[in-house]
Amino acid sequence: MSATIHTEGDQELKPRSQITARELMREVGAVLRMSEAEAAMLGDLPDDPDEDQTMVINMGPQHPSTHGVLRLMLELQGETVLRCKPIIGYLHTGMEKTGENLSYMQGGTNVTRMDYLSPFNNELVFSMATEKLLGIDGDIPERAVWMRMLLSELNRMSSHLLFMATNGMDLGAVSMMIYGWREREEVLRFFQKVTGLRMNHNFIRPGGVAADLPPGWRDDVLHLLDLIPERLAEYDILMTGQPLWRERLQGVGVITPNEALALGATGPILRSTGVAWDLRRDMPYLHYDEVEFDVIVGSYGDAFDRYAIRLNEIRESMKIVGQILDRMPQGDYRIQDKKVTPPPRARIDESMEALIHHFKIFTEGFKVPEGEVYVGIESPRGEVGCYIASDGSATPYRMHVRGPSFVNIQCLPHMMRGGLVADAVAVISSVDPVLGEVDR
Amino acid sequence: MSDPANPELDAAVAPPEIPTMHGCPVTDSLGQVVLHPSREQYVDVVKALADEGYAMCIDLTGVDYLQHMGRSVGPGVSPERFEVVVNLLDITNRRRIRLRVQVPETDPTLPTLFDLHPGSEAMERETFDMFGVVFDGHPDLSRILMPEDWIGHPLRKDYEVGMIPVQFKEAHS
Repeated sequence: MSATIHTEGDQELKPRSQITARELMREVGAVLRMSEAEAAMLGDLPDDPDEDQTMVINMGPQHPSTHGVLRLMLELQGETVLRCKPIIGYLHTGMEKTGENLSYMQGGTNVTRMDYLSPFNNELVFSMATEKLLGIDGDIPERAVWMRMLLSELNRMSSHLLFMATNGMDLGAVSMMIYGWREREEVLRFFQKVTGLRMNHNFIRPGGVAADLPPGWRDDVLHLLDLIPERLAEYDILMTGQPLWRERLQGVGVITPNEALALGATGPILRSTGVAWDLRRDMPYLHYDEVEFDVIVGSYGDAFDRYAIRLNEIRESMKIVGQILDRMPQGDYRIQDKKVTPPPRARIDESMEALIHHFKIFTEGFKVPEGEVYVGIESPRGEVGCYIASDGSATPYRMHVRGPSFVNIQCLPHMMRGGLVADAVAVISSVDPVLGEVDR
Repeated sequence: MSDPANPELDAAVAPPEIPTMHGCPVTDSLGQVVLHPSREQYVDVVKALADEGYAMCIDLTGVDYLQHMGRSVGPGVSPERFEVVVNLLDITNRRRIRLRVQVPETDPTLPTLFDLHPGSEAMERETFDMFGVVFDGHPDLSRILMPEDWIGHPLRKDYEVGMIPVQFKEAHS
């Protein structure tokens, strides 16, 4: 193995005395229309290094508020955070490399484990990219499209409910943790009934979905739609209106629209600044252009706005789910294209060709024409994108997933600067990162 | 196949001569607009596109085409081993554009987009980490996903899976 270029430097946050103005500029995230001189002016450090009262501390990777294995290096002056650097990679398992060795049929099992809180969205974006390469993106049966929408909206609800739980827990509303997990479990129970698994479903596949909805699914969804609004009203009583809750979140971790756009932030972070950008409405995929819902935006770009946006997005998702129930058509749940769809189970018992066909699809997979494509959809955390380059074989030549958390987490230094170390927890929580997706 | 998000696409690819935008060839990949700037044009093109409204750098990644050198690239563009792929988003006009920049194996460097799109900082670090493409002018080009003393770039096609020496001290490797 030739190691021409090894590393360009350390990952860790360096003490003040060892950094340049440019590094400081990057680390404070104060990179927007700001010259190096201005960034140096920001440096709240005394000129005499001996009087440097700052301290660099580690937060994580084993810290309950870091949602997994996120490590933050914080530079503190008293209780004020001056600089912050997220150090990631502790959960890196080379999923993009793994993806190059899995066929398009198997790829779903890989991508679904990236953002493990919204597995359906990851499967969906991978399937959409594959279908675009195959040229069958317009031929997906209606029932499959509506089922995909149903599952991704319920998934948005379960993901945001978990955010409610962790956000409450991080800020000391510990009973909220139990409530949030309880409601999420209700949604996951439905997922289990439909797909057989609570998480990591591999249910949305190129060509459609893996199976039809089970009998009684409509009643289960109606039960959810009955149950959740009451519980959300309880959340409002427990948190939204409470002075303590507001004190902890309002004005904390503020980011402006220009900063969010420049840093590439998407999802609730971008919307909290007042930019009404939601791919479901602005670049519709599936049948999102046929359902009515509101894009929730904030105005201050603080942690409270991000909390309120997610709370109300649960309500909007329920609105969409209600419309999906009315519009769910009958019909096939996967495309009748022999190339990508295995034969029906009954055919395998009577036909040798069907058996061979089934075997080949699940061992060799199907070949996908040469080309490259990028598809982006709105996951609960922002834009999840999938870039696939195909060389015409049965496995992707390169499969890249643009994880929204990976980009959003780069806003942390910016949001934390000048805040209190106690608010650092609130800021991490409000970004709602999923480390499985950050590190992939 | 037309992309509803890119109504101008059909107009952009319609002329029979090689369509260009900001001096570099434009191709159409399954309804998506792809630009093929050279390394010299790269930053200027991204800047011009940012002025046009493509204000967000949504994704930046690399591809190692070692085993697939015969792929199709833009007209007049010679394929190199590495490719850096940049996805830009225009939220005002609701359109996307993609840039594919060829980066030769002998000199895998590319200027950074940091000054234009600060958000590309982490993505460039990831591309460096995984492919060994060096971004000139990047303020802190350290490894981001692998440990800082790691040898090799894992997503390169000649990086052998399973050939990682045992990294325990005292162990025979």
